[in-house]
Amino acid sequence: MAELLTPEIKACIGQASPSIHVEVTRRDLRKYAVSTGQKAKKYLDGDVAPPLFHFGYAMEILPVDELRKDGIAEDKLIPELPLKRLMAGSSDTVYHRPICAGDKLVVTRKLKDLYEKEGRSGPLIFVVTETVVETQAGEPVLNETTSLIAR
Amino acid sequence: MLNFDAINVGDALPSRDHTANIVQLFMYNAAIWNPHRIHFDHAYATEEEGYPGIVLDGPLQGDWIGQVVTDWIGEDATLVSFGYTNRRAAMLGETMTAGGKVEEKNDETKEVKVSLYLQNGEGEVTIPGHAVVRFS
Repeated sequence: MAELLTPEIKACIGQASPSIHVEVTRRDLRKYAVSTGQKAKKYLDGDVAPPLFHFGYAMEILPVDELRKDGIAEDKLIPELPLKRLMAGSSDTVYHRPICAGDKLVVTRKLKDLYEKEGRSGPLIFVVTETVVETQAGEPVLNETTSLIAR
Repeated sequence: MLNFDAINVGDALPSRDHTANIVQLFMYNAAIWNPHRIHFDHAYATEEEGYPGIVLDGPLQGDWIGQVVTDWIGEDATLVSFGYTNRRAAMLGETMTAGGKVEEKNDETKEVKVSLYLQNGEGEVTIPGHAVVRFS
């Protein structure tokens, strides 16, 4: 199998994106709860975040003319890969405490690993990232490990 | 009220069907700030990317299996960990069934491990998942 991941690409493992500071509003929590079809009152009232609410914090907010043709904002954490089509893989989160309305959070993403595998329809590159969410005071909130697949 | 002592390995968690419509999908992508065109632009999704329709976001479907756990435990336990894997895409209009089952129960730590699934109309599991909850 040809090596797709060059030493230059592999050298990016370990890099982190600049931390994002967010203020969690009740309105944001309510929008998320309604759009995902939650039933629990604590979510619909925006008191507490459902378990995957933090996913949106990985989305970059870029000017419209900086988005790609497919609408996606380039993820600066992931180096340019020789395989272009990115698919959602898996997500695993460990929770330390719930996200609540009024929280001031710091979100940091790191590139944990890049590796290749031969799939049924050709080579695949696995991109593993970790998202760490803490309060501004440094209290741990959650750690999420995500894997994306490029083919 | 969910009681730790009354839980048995093999118990099924209540399942729920979800059929997102275009308005719900639009609101979800607005809420998470996802401008990826495969989730709202039918011509782009089918002609440029070759999908059979508008694509449901993986994390939205992940949330649906998360709700199986959070609705099951209510305020009676806390979520320790939760994970899911996207195996197959689903399109707008499909009805997806979210459910789960108790896999392990630890009397010392008062933790319960559950397996979760999201299944399409053909009965295929498109997103398997897992979670651990802790009772106090």
